[in-house]
Amino acid sequence: MLSSAAGVLFDGFAYGMLLFLLSVGLSVTLGMMNFVNLAHCSFAMVGAYATMTLVGNWGWPFLATLPVAFIDAAVVALILERIFFRRLYRASDLDQCLLTIGIVFISIAAYAWFYTTEQQSVRIPDWLQGSWHAGALAFAHYRVFLIVFGLAITALLIFGIERTRWGAQVRAAVDNQRMARGLGIDVDRAFMFTFALGGGLAGLGGALSIQMVGLDPTFALTYLVYVLIVVAIGGLGSIGGSFVAAIVLGISDMAGKYYFPWLGAFLIYLVMVGLLMWRPLGLFGKR
Amino acid sequence: MHFRGLTRWRPLEVVFWLCTLLPFVLTPSYLSLASQIAITALFALSLDLILGYAGIVSLGHAAFFGFGAYTAGLIAKHYWTEPLSALLIAGLSAGILGYALSHIVVRFRHLALIMLTMGFGLLLAEAANSAHAITGGADGLQGFRVPGVLGFRFDMFGRTAYAFALAVLFLCFLICRRIIHSPFGLALRGIRENATRMPAIGAPSQAHLRKAYTIAAVMAGLAGAVLTQTTSTVSLETLSFGRSADVLVILILGGAGRLYGGILGAVIYMVARDQFSGVSPQYWYFWIGLVLVAVVMFLPNGILGGLNAFYKKAQ
Amino acid sequence: MKKLVLATAVLAAASAAQAQQTVKIGMPLTLSGQFADAANQMLNGVKTYMKMHGDTVAGKKIEIITKDVGGPAPDVAKRLSQELVVRDGVDILAGYVLTPNAMAAGDVSAEAKKFMVVMNAATSVVITKSPYMIRTSVTLPQVMETFGTWAATKGGLKQVYTMVTDYGPGIDAEGAFQSAFKAAGGNVVGSVRFPVANPDFSAFVQRAKDVSPQSIFIFIPGGAQPAALGKAMAERGIDKNITRVLGSGETTAEAALKSMGDNALGIITAWHYDYMSKAPLNVQFVNAYHQVAGGRNPDFFSIGGYDGMHAIYEALKKTRGNTDAQALVDAAKGLRWESPRGPMMIDPETRDVVQNVYLRKVEKVNGELVNVPFDMVPMVKDPAGERRKQGKK
Repeated sequence: MLSSAAGVLFDGFAYGMLLFLLSVGLSVTLGMMNFVNLAHCSFAMVGAYATMTLVGNWGWPFLATLPVAFIDAAVVALILERIFFRRLYRASDLDQCLLTIGIVFISIAAYAWFYTTEQQSVRIPDWLQGSWHAGALAFAHYRVFLIVFGLAITALLIFGIERTRWGAQVRAAVDNQRMARGLGIDVDRAFMFTFALGGGLAGLGGALSIQMVGLDPTFALTYLVYVLIVVAIGGLGSIGGSFVAAIVLGISDMAGKYYFPWLGAFLIYLVMVGLLMWRPLGLFGKR
Repeated sequence: MHFRGLTRWRPLEVVFWLCTLLPFVLTPSYLSLASQIAITALFALSLDLILGYAGIVSLGHAAFFGFGAYTAGLIAKHYWTEPLSALLIAGLSAGILGYALSHIVVRFRHLALIMLTMGFGLLLAEAANSAHAITGGADGLQGFRVPGVLGFRFDMFGRTAYAFALAVLFLCFLICRRIIHSPFGLALRGIRENATRMPAIGAPSQAHLRKAYTIAAVMAGLAGAVLTQTTSTVSLETLSFGRSADVLVILILGGAGRLYGGILGAVIYMVARDQFSGVSPQYWYFWIGLVLVAVVMFLPNGILGGLNAFYKKAQ
Repeated sequence: MKKLVLATAVLAAASAAQAQQTVKIGMPLTLSGQFADAANQMLNGVKTYMKMHGDTVAGKKIEIITKDVGGPAPDVAKRLSQELVVRDGVDILAGYVLTPNAMAAGDVSAEAKKFMVVMNAATSVVITKSPYMIRTSVTLPQVMETFGTWAATKGGLKQVYTMVTDYGPGIDAEGAFQSAFKAAGGNVVGSVRFPVANPDFSAFVQRAKDVSPQSIFIFIPGGAQPAALGKAMAERGIDKNITRVLGSGETTAEAALKSMGDNALGIITAWHYDYMSKAPLNVQFVNAYHQVAGGRNPDFFSIGGYDGMHAIYEALKKTRGNTDAQALVDAAKGLRWESPRGPMMIDPETRDVVQNVYLRKVEKVNGELVNVPFDMVPMVKDPAGERRKQGKK
């Protein structure tokens, strides 16, 4: 039984890492700019389709496509930010919702047009397939990869935010925009890069998730709910919060399904409702 | 205080309501669509009560719509098929659910509020799916038929359906109008503008919000029941997150907090969707997305808001 | 002035005559949303048939009008079906990917007296909704009860652990398989149901593994889930030589096989159609399909659409172009033909589809993963439909 628990923990942790990558960008931009970007998972879709095309049509090795997925999604995020989003920073939450939902619709239709609605997959390298068996335990290579990769990205992010000049500027802009501007920090630029980074990370998450959950044009909406749950539970603007929330969600989802399968889909919503009622600002939320 | 000035009917309003009778003569083959627009308009109006006026952003309002829908369906299936009494019961039961949930909902704000309402909606939808012995699950509730109302048959052409839906919409609209222009309504708007100040001048905000939430739940339930009765179908879709999101988009599109925003949004969104999907059934949401983006960029605060700003500028 | 009036009159008469020379088929489909791919494949199947057999039957031109239902929304499906009849004046209603939509449309078919062809919706009771309805796809009991019986008898399996998705078709499949399996002497050692939106199957597979059953029966909808489940089973180390894995046709569909890779080897499925069949009619169909669908391969949604059109064409030929619902449905009853899937028939009493159920195993053939058929149960009637008949008698 212990081995089953260990297996569930491990799988849940990997699933949580995926959720983290998909959500962290939204948490930061929502917390920093107060901009409700429901098109966040469209960025994930951009990265996912980029990877799928490079691997499937151009024969690239899977890992080499990951930076491209990141850059692709970051560029799209940047373009959208420059053209649309920045005009609505002072607009109401509702208008931001409407705009970004419109963009989601457009993105789903566009991808359905170019790639059809067919279910897509990627060929991952042989060494990422299969699993390690240690007695009764089984650790899938791909999940180990996800955990390692996710932790590396988290470390990079935290280092970037805590130790670099850019990170300091971002933190200043999040805490007090007016003051930051007064100190001569180019807040617009900080926003722009953070947005691009958030989008890029979503793209990376999207590319990595194909192997686990598949890919089709409705991806942009299907995972939005999970991402919103992670962001709400974690607390806006908090990388650590998103991390913990994603892990908690991943593990509790997995554990719930293993130990109480009749609860099924209820569990993730019950956990969310419970956690939010206890901590409305999220586990690590400011404000 | 004189509120009578505000409650006087403006000529444009009278024209609008008269125009709602036009489909009977001008577009008789579109009456089924018209009835579903009326139902959606009522649903959006109920959301406006809490969102536009009380400032409660809900991503789970379909919970009440679907609850009313299933109540009406279950009554028709197991008890009797007379729709008016079932309608009232459906509305009341949705109201009870709304009252119960309101105790939790009104204590929260911002993102937590949005996510909690979404969570409750999702939980109810899951419960309905699990209880498939009662609800029919994913296949929908089967084996019932609501033949008509007050002796008029719900037929293929949708005449009775539209008349029924329109009547319910109009009645609820009158009630909403009364509420908005009453001291209670003003208190709601006060809460929306500044929630911390209201208790200071003696208006207990949480009780007001609970009341508004309950009334909104009743109306949403009525809308759902009308849908069930005019189509003799109920499915999980009436409780779905998709429906909650759709009605939110519709309300924002029309303009929240302006009484007619929900109705206008419903008309425009559903007609646009119908036309686009007729032309391009596989990619219509591309065009809808374009419309949404255009509206936000050029008409802030929804269509009514944008028109209002335009009108003010023109003066 | 007189010339103008005359010209207009002639044009009007010509267009009226033109209208009488057309048979309009209204198809409300889920062309957007989660089930868009199924609808697209079905539509491609319809178009392929028309490409192969022309667009004229019994001297009349066939016109297809599609509408988007968006998903499982019976109120919308009903309204669209009504509008197709009232606004567009269609003669025949067809398509219907999902059960709730087909059920709602059945009411319209019955009330408006229009011939209706269900090209996918697989729940047995759908066919009872209108006396003018036929089905050309498949019914769940037809395949799943056959599978259950086969598994406990020829399959030699004594135990099964069932894993299905917690929604209509999943629960129907579970019921059908379990009842047939038990009736044939097998033992159901456990079961579990997944939530509909379930991206990760690890936990459920682990539960199955804990029980160590002789066989596992799976039913999940197409899309991303079959591959995810297959991979989860491989990751958790389910050895298919020790635990046989049984699934519905969607478990080993083209996209799923591609995604699962060698993890799919050994899975046994029961289904009514596989695009890789080398039967000459199927090869012809697949080639034509490639041209219509931009190189994509057909699936069972496609064949439902294809055979639906065939039934319409043949019925129209029999009625010499008369589109009266009773005439068409009478012409369709008892219709027998050779389809790319094999022989099939429209049951003269229940109006439902009767066809072969193939047992297949995933094997590697020339480096490719193929569902290789190794057994077959011929001309299976829908058992639930048969029971309804008995119940009535």
